[in-house]
Amino acid sequence: MENVFDVIVIGAGAVGCSVARELARYELKVLVLEKECDVAYGTSGRMSGVVHAGFNNKTGSLMAKLCVEGNKGFEAVCRELDIPYKKTGKVLVAFDNADMEALEGIIARGKANGCEGLRLLDKEEIRGLVPGIGGIGGMLSPNTAIFDPFEYCIAHAENAMDNGVEFRFNSEVTAARKDGDGIFTVTAGGKEYRARYIINSAGLYCDRISSMLGIDGYRIYPCRGQYYILDKVADELLDIPAYPVPKPGIGGLGVHLTPTIDGNIIIGPSAEYLDDPDDYASTPEVMEKLFTEAKALLPAVERRYIIGNYCGIRPKQAPPGEGGFRDFVIKEEEGCPGLINLIGIESPGFTAAVPIAKMVCDMLGKHIDMVPKKEFNPIRKGRIRFRELTKEAQEKLIKENPEYGEIICRCQNVTRAEIRTAIENRFGARSISSIKYRAWATTGRCNGGYCLAKIVDMLVHDYHMKPEEITFRGDGSAMFSGEVK
Amino acid sequence: MERCDVLVIGGGPGGLAAACAAKKEGAASVIVLERDSRAGGILNQCIHDGFGLIRYNCELTGPEYAVRALREAEMAGAEILLSRHVSDIKKAGPDGYVVSAYTENGIEEYSTRTIVLATGCRERTRGNISIPGSRPAGVFTAGVAQNLVNIRNIMIGKRVVILGSGDIGLIMARRLTLEGAKVLAVAEIMPQPTGLARNVSQCLYEFGIPIYVKTTVSNIIGKRKLEAVELSDLDGNGKVIPGTARRIDCDALVLSVGLIPENEVAQTVGVRLFPNNAVDTDKYLQTSVPGVFSCGNSRHVMDLADYVSEQGAMAGRNAVHLINGQEMESWDEEKSNCMKKGFPEEGTVTCTTCPNGCQVRWDEKTGTFSGNRCMRGSRFAMQERTAPVRTVTTTVRTESGGLIPVRTAGKVDKASVLPLVGKLREITTGDKHHVGEEICDIIIDGKDIRILSTARGGK
Repeated sequence: MENVFDVIVIGAGAVGCSVARELARYELKVLVLEKECDVAYGTSGRMSGVVHAGFNNKTGSLMAKLCVEGNKGFEAVCRELDIPYKKTGKVLVAFDNADMEALEGIIARGKANGCEGLRLLDKEEIRGLVPGIGGIGGMLSPNTAIFDPFEYCIAHAENAMDNGVEFRFNSEVTAARKDGDGIFTVTAGGKEYRARYIINSAGLYCDRISSMLGIDGYRIYPCRGQYYILDKVADELLDIPAYPVPKPGIGGLGVHLTPTIDGNIIIGPSAEYLDDPDDYASTPEVMEKLFTEAKALLPAVERRYIIGNYCGIRPKQAPPGEGGFRDFVIKEEEGCPGLINLIGIESPGFTAAVPIAKMVCDMLGKHIDMVPKKEFNPIRKGRIRFRELTKEAQEKLIKENPEYGEIICRCQNVTRAEIRTAIENRFGARSISSIKYRAWATTGRCNGGYCLAKIVDMLVHDYHMKPEEITFRGDGSAMFSGEVK
Repeated sequence: MERCDVLVIGGGPGGLAAACAAKKEGAASVIVLERDSRAGGILNQCIHDGFGLIRYNCELTGPEYAVRALREAEMAGAEILLSRHVSDIKKAGPDGYVVSAYTENGIEEYSTRTIVLATGCRERTRGNISIPGSRPAGVFTAGVAQNLVNIRNIMIGKRVVILGSGDIGLIMARRLTLEGAKVLAVAEIMPQPTGLARNVSQCLYEFGIPIYVKTTVSNIIGKRKLEAVELSDLDGNGKVIPGTARRIDCDALVLSVGLIPENEVAQTVGVRLFPNNAVDTDKYLQTSVPGVFSCGNSRHVMDLADYVSEQGAMAGRNAVHLINGQEMESWDEEKSNCMKKGFPEEGTVTCTTCPNGCQVRWDEKTGTFSGNRCMRGSRFAMQERTAPVRTVTTTVRTESGGLIPVRTAGKVDKASVLPLVGKLREITTGDKHHVGEEICDIIIDGKDIRILSTARGGK
């Protein structure tokens, strides 16, 4: 039957996409339901882009175990799926003796968690790694890395698709029930889908999904993190993430500076509890604080480097009064067999996503015979990144396809051919944001001042979209009111 | 590899004038590399008039000015190469450079003795100025809005708030109004508008568009699509005064908050920049890299295209003088900064005959005008008192769904402007046309108004 599956995964963030790809290894009929028009439109597309080492989390917790495991396997996954990844290491910056003492505790915890290579740095050593950094010393974590979070989700989803997983976008789950025959029925985007197992990887909405199936008791406290994006000054300023020593009780890891895989620097995130899991607004007070804290870490940071800001929201289980981190919940609910809940997957959830997905497979394996798919292909080829190629390789591409000879995005040197590939993505996501995540156009210092009109022109003329059909991020985000005349 | 004496990067007003002047000054070969598929740069989307008063002594629209500048450069013998996106400049030998450009045919290299950088500027964005709030669809910079509305036939919204009163913002306030949008407010953080007084007068006052100074957008509201902005008053230090926020429902926010010289290409050869990205040149317009000149908005953002051209021409001539070992001309920074900016003075007429924007006052008792620097000022003010007239510029839809920029052949009664633009919204014309071609005749109040194309269309 068309809409009957073995497993339905709810949510196409980092965890949902990783679960989808791990499930694709087996002879299962799998469906992923996503409320947005694309992957990585929630928490996963609005984070720091750091692969954590695992020293921040309580020894013995799932967070610690899965983070360390995820860190070890991350590079190999990125290689298979062609996801940009760079092992930069990371420094924690201590501003006083209390911080230095705390670092000793962090190193001890890290060792207990299985992180390798953590060591203290004196002032001279840390300045050797990050010239001009503030503080009196710090710690080095050699196994921390940076990566492209959008490409991670896209790559996992594409590879899952290559191996038979189905995706339905614009499909918000509005109802879910389990019938007497033990089969789940999920209503999403006005259609009904049936499956024997549900994987709830709905991020900020995982508590609601769980409640739909009668499992109450979880509550997600949305906790916003605001960020600044700086121009491509990473080359000059910082090529390794620099964090303050974490203070207990705050909702995150403290405002840090992180180079992106693309050479920008991001500042953030703050930690502010919210009532609304969809409130991505930046606020002036916090923006000011971010800058001040970033400047304390690295005095060379200047306001004129700022090219943008964004916000992400953590799906926290720890309520405002408590702060800090509560451990991931990864379990099949006794009260609702067949429902595997993934609750409170905040940082380091991205790092831990593949181990989480493997746990999900193990849990399913208790019920069903997980038969490996013979034709499973773990390799996925990513996009061509014109600007990263040698001139010879660029020349060759232009000869094959003259559209590589036309630069559409001047800040990031993205060609017309790359924009076309992005528009023609396999998920059918034609929003400006989806094109941005795939081609990286509009992300530079001019914020699309040059390329936006050209991209829109392609959508109208080559893809026959009406101006009013073009969206920023899917339904309800029309870019334009129509034609002028 | 092609060789030339002067290689100009950028085919806007500065680059075209540089090429033309360099050729006339005796350069054996001059090449312009332009990344777009047509020359003229940003002029092509500036369909309004007011260009050319200084350089050509007549009033032209942006596209008309571009065509003139292009013809002059071509007539002089400069080679204008389109769809060439320069990637970098390398020093080659003691007195020369190699410039690489992406083209549809591959990567081309040009060997040149001197370079004139005329790469223009980009707009400051929301990201640069950190406006608080959400990030919905519906926030545009003025130049992007201008490109979409004037060239791509895409309307950005129906209820618009504009932040910043630079000239592009003011021009867009009028443009959007003429195309049926309601411009609800222009907010400016400074105590005075930053654009030319004549634009404040022509683009805002004439259409009853309110401008609020010492005011900013303090919040952007709307999760996916812009729903509203909040305007707040600013104190003397430019900080938002708490409690002054008022909400304005709108579906588009247009930002005209400044321009930044575009010098990424310049940086590939190590040209020294100021912190604001302008180029540190000497008075001869030569950069810190010998033989590399800079002009126009990429050197330092200027108010008028005419001065961009003048400066480009000087940079072009100086490049030749350098090659020939002749004395170079020096640029007078004051020259290009004589226009009246900000609010027009109370009780005056802002003369729009030229960019100076003289504030002409009529003295009832003596029956004389004062405040005008030339006779045109009193003529203009007299006309304004008796029978004000305007040149109307807008666009007309073509059969294929595109737009061509048009103007009235002469000036029309001020009262005819809105009815005329309304009628032109209903008209469709062919795709092919040349500059100056008559598109149609519109009769308003019994008067026949000829409508002319201001740009070439079709292949």
